Amino acid sequence: MVLDPVFLSRLQFAFVVSFHIIFPAFTVGTAAWLATMEAAHMATRNAVYRRVFDFWLKVFAVSFGMGVVTGIVMAFQFGTNWGVLAERMGSIQGPLLGYEGFTAFMLEATFFGVMLLGRSRVSRGSYLFACCMVSLGTMFSSFWILANNSWMQVPLGHTIENGRIIPQDWWLITTGPIQMVRWPHMLFGAFLTTAMCVIATGAWYLLRDVHRAEARVMLHWGLAFVALLVPFQLVVGHLTGDYVHQHQPAKFAAIEARWQSEQPAHEVLFAIPDEAAQRNWLAIDVPKLGSFIATGTWNSREVGLEDFPVADRPPVAIPFFTFRIMVAMGLTMLAVSWFGNVLRALGKLETTRWFHWCMFLSFPTGFVAVIAGWMTAEVGRQPWVVYGLLRTEDALTPSLTGMDVLITLACYVLVYSIVIPFGIYYIYKLLRDGPNSGEAPFGR
Amino acid sequence: MDADDLALFWAAIVAVSILIYVILDGFDLGVGILFGTTRDETHRVQMMNSIAPFWDGNETWLVMIGITLFAAFPVVYTVFLGAFYMPVLLLMVGLIFRGVAFEYRYRTQSTRWLWDRGFSIGSTIVAFVQGAAIGGVMRGIPVKDNQFAGDSMYWLAPFPLLTGLGLVLGYALLGAGWLVMKSEGTLRDWAHARIAWLAAAVLLVLGVAGILTLDHSTITQGHWDDRRWGTIFPVIGALALLGVVLGSRRRRDAVPFAMTVVFFIAAFATLAVMFWPYMIPNSITIADAAAPRASLSFFFYGAGVVVLPVIVAYTIRVYWIFRGKVTRGYE
Repeated sequence: MVLDPVFLSRLQFAFVVSFHIIFPAFTVGTAAWLATMEAAHMATRNAVYRRVFDFWLKVFAVSFGMGVVTGIVMAFQFGTNWGVLAERMGSIQGPLLGYEGFTAFMLEATFFGVMLLGRSRVSRGSYLFACCMVSLGTMFSSFWILANNSWMQVPLGHTIENGRIIPQDWWLITTGPIQMVRWPHMLFGAFLTTAMCVIATGAWYLLRDVHRAEARVMLHWGLAFVALLVPFQLVVGHLTGDYVHQHQPAKFAAIEARWQSEQPAHEVLFAIPDEAAQRNWLAIDVPKLGSFIATGTWNSREVGLEDFPVADRPPVAIPFFTFRIMVAMGLTMLAVSWFGNVLRALGKLETTRWFHWCMFLSFPTGFVAVIAGWMTAEVGRQPWVVYGLLRTEDALTPSLTGMDVLITLACYVLVYSIVIPFGIYYIYKLLRDGPNSGEAPFGR
Repeated sequence: MDADDLALFWAAIVAVSILIYVILDGFDLGVGILFGTTRDETHRVQMMNSIAPFWDGNETWLVMIGITLFAAFPVVYTVFLGAFYMPVLLLMVGLIFRGVAFEYRYRTQSTRWLWDRGFSIGSTIVAFVQGAAIGGVMRGIPVKDNQFAGDSMYWLAPFPLLTGLGLVLGYALLGAGWLVMKSEGTLRDWAHARIAWLAAAVLLVLGVAGILTLDHSTITQGHWDDRRWGTIFPVIGALALLGVVLGSRRRRDAVPFAMTVVFFIAAFATLAVMFWPYMIPNSITIADAAAPRASLSFFFYGAGVVVLPVIVAYTIRVYWIFRGKVTRGYE
């Protein structure tokens, strides 16, 4: 068997980045949630906010640590496995990731120490400041990562001189129209991920009839926040779809499993796409809706995959399904949060036991949506690593052999399968035991 | 500023970041290395607590080095990481295990041994790999078309193994100095007792490495011949080690750490004299490796001029918050 270093490197990147994104997706939201609780405590002097804060701080500490260690791996992946990408695109991607380090990593890491261990050593205002700095750091981090990825999706603001990529308009590269819809989309996704976990934790305590006061805080803040934010998320999500339609038509066709160009276009709600036969099986589709979703008119012509050379087509099944999974998760959040607020308005939130189960079981919706959304974006961009400029197969470090990558991939799988299940188990224990129990961070 | 000045500025930032990283993460890695040599749970808790608020910020300097190289010298980033593909894997595995130990060991009784082993072995591997990478770069890296042109076992040679061992001992010495400075009672005595031995071992290993360097086994020796004045730095380094031992004998708690820092600065300056003006000896100079001017200046005016001083200010501020001896943790 011939080991293909490109395929194995892609697999390795997909593996390490998928496990990494779980933690930032959660910590970006948790940092903001903690800052909110600390501010609420300062404003109201209500001790329940402090208990909620201390409890989520313990969860944050474990997940932040895992985010840091899996993130260090990411910082070196470009150089170790994607050397040609790093060398050719470094003039743009390097400064963007450099800014992430300078504006975000140091801020997070340094003030995280204060947040975790410094409460008795600083004033209340300084402590809240540290919480805000950690939260700000996580948001900066997502900004630069999305700027980098948005440039890989739709390269803008550069020229090519003698084969070298030269940045020309940094304003466009960092705050271009695509970045400014994709960054909010990711940020809202992270906030929703945490908020759904907060809601589920509150519901869990109601189901077990423990920690009622804290559960009430978690449910009320979480449900109100999700109910307000999901509609905005649907809007920026739609705008994200618009840029794909405009700039990455092959990805758009793959997401829609549209093999032939159509006017007006069907919307395939469900199907099993068959890439070999270039057709869909068991398709359920709605006439004209495809045109409406793409352009807002009922009669537009929508391109199919047949319009692209075979070498330029992305895989179809993965973007098709992951996109639908993401949308389904978003709609679930919408239903749970709106119904929860209705019950709350009627005063029945704490007594409707079957709905506590619904809220409890919806804890993974945010994580699933984030991972599915990223898979849609990244798999759909193939066969390009930088859209239109560099193909994934040409981006590999030339010195790598298939065996090298197999060894490192096996090691990462082994290490992650030890470290991550334990981490998730410890987080589970913290969540199960709830506020005011268990050991404080660092065992004091 | 013109492109060459910008490249020099960023080369200086990379150099200073490496030095800061080696000193800061050096002491917490060193504490991790020493952690594995005691079974006393009280000592272990004190050791862990002495570095708990800092390790994450310290480790972030490693990421800063990586991304600053990527931003300002993408060729060096690419060649270096390509050449050290396997050591980077070991580095990552070590960093993961030692990083999670800070939280995990307090979340369990039954598997605490696993995270404690991970912490000490992980710290040792990280130190070793970094030392081996320094030795590997000193040997020179084959480069073709701006990419590494060798195989994944190229780094595995006697000289890098020796420098790897040297850095493990050097970090352990820094860690011992840190513990002396930050602890009281039996842990302080325990750490004092190890300082002289560690200093002697560092001198021995790096002495052998230095002789091998003169013996033309590394590519960097060529630069020595017309920079004899650079010999001052190894001499300062040796004197600093003497200062470490004398300070420890007199039970002066801040001296061993401070003198070890001087030693690391001297060792770093020795390397800088050997390397200049190359980033990768005899293949890639600072000017060759520099990113386009538009990239360097974008990075310079925001990150270099505005953000960097802010980072330095709040890092110092946080070390100030956690100043003094640690007896029962920081709270």
